[in-house]
Amino acid sequence: MSIYTYIFVMALTTYLIRVIPMTLFRRPLKSRFLRSFLHYVPYACLTAMTFPAILESTASRYSGAAALVLAVFLAYRGKSLLTVSLAASGIVILMEQGMKLFALF
Amino acid sequence: MGLPVGLGYFSVSFGFGAMAVSQGIRALDATLISAVNLTSAGQFAGLTLIVAMGSLWEMVMTQIVINSRYSLMSLALAQRMGQRIGFLPRLLIAFFNTDEIFALAMADPEPLTVPYLLGLGLLPFLGWTGGTLAGGLAGSALPADIRAALGVMLYGMFIAIVIPPAKQEKAVLVTVILALICSCVFHWADGLKTVSVGVSIVICTVAAAGAAAICFPVEPEEES
Repeated sequence: MSIYTYIFVMALTTYLIRVIPMTLFRRPLKSRFLRSFLHYVPYACLTAMTFPAILESTASRYSGAAALVLAVFLAYRGKSLLTVSLAASGIVILMEQGMKLFALF
Repeated sequence: MGLPVGLGYFSVSFGFGAMAVSQGIRALDATLISAVNLTSAGQFAGLTLIVAMGSLWEMVMTQIVINSRYSLMSLALAQRMGQRIGFLPRLLIAFFNTDEIFALAMADPEPLTVPYLLGLGLLPFLGWTGGTLAGGLAGSALPADIRAALGVMLYGMFIAIVIPPAKQEKAVLVTVILALICSCVFHWADGLKTVSVGVSIVICTVAAAGAAAICFPVEPEEES
């Protein structure tokens, strides 16, 4: 299947989700369950996407784990989105270059 | 006003671009994905499905679940707009409705106008698309391990979004723990390993958010 078929389907679905409530349904959601569900969706989905995938996204499991621990720590300390992302990526580069050097000896 | 969001988007989508080329997607195709979707988590899951050659049905389901929060934001924004803004501008404004742009629009005390809303969306859109292109091109020139390291930025962003509210709100913490357990089960349990990543994300999201919604229903005033 062509990548453009995927992109088209992905974009169309995303757009319909955004445009239908804005144009057709203009009344607030009545169901308390549905409102609560939508409130929790981002947290559930981001967590499921991050773990355990982060461990396998890098050349070594250890650097992925280090990025995870560092990012959780910095985010817990209230650091900004940019700081957390850059630090996660930075520690992976450092560790992997370090391990390469170490392997030479 | 969209400038800080635009800059933030640039750096994160740089990671998306680098990750996409490290998985064999061309830089221009990755840029197209960003230009027509304008969503971080949805695009990221979409990329995973494209690389894994998942089915289109799976793509639709994954996007519906991951991006379902936008329907709530569009509803809330539609109410703020009132009757002054017509059908056609709404078709355009809906496209720019991301978490950050929504937050900015809702925080503004002035009545919302069409030029204001479109202006608000422009820099984030340019930042997101331009960042993907830059990340894709830079990624193509870098060795594979560096590309993968840049891709970790995206996970860093997800963690930065999830942790602060989980620290504040017990319900969010429970949601995160449930999703974590579910995701690990799908990844490591024998017999469930064959379930595709897209499907497992959908199941974990629905299960964790559903359980949290039953145990901790939100009050009308604290919905976001």
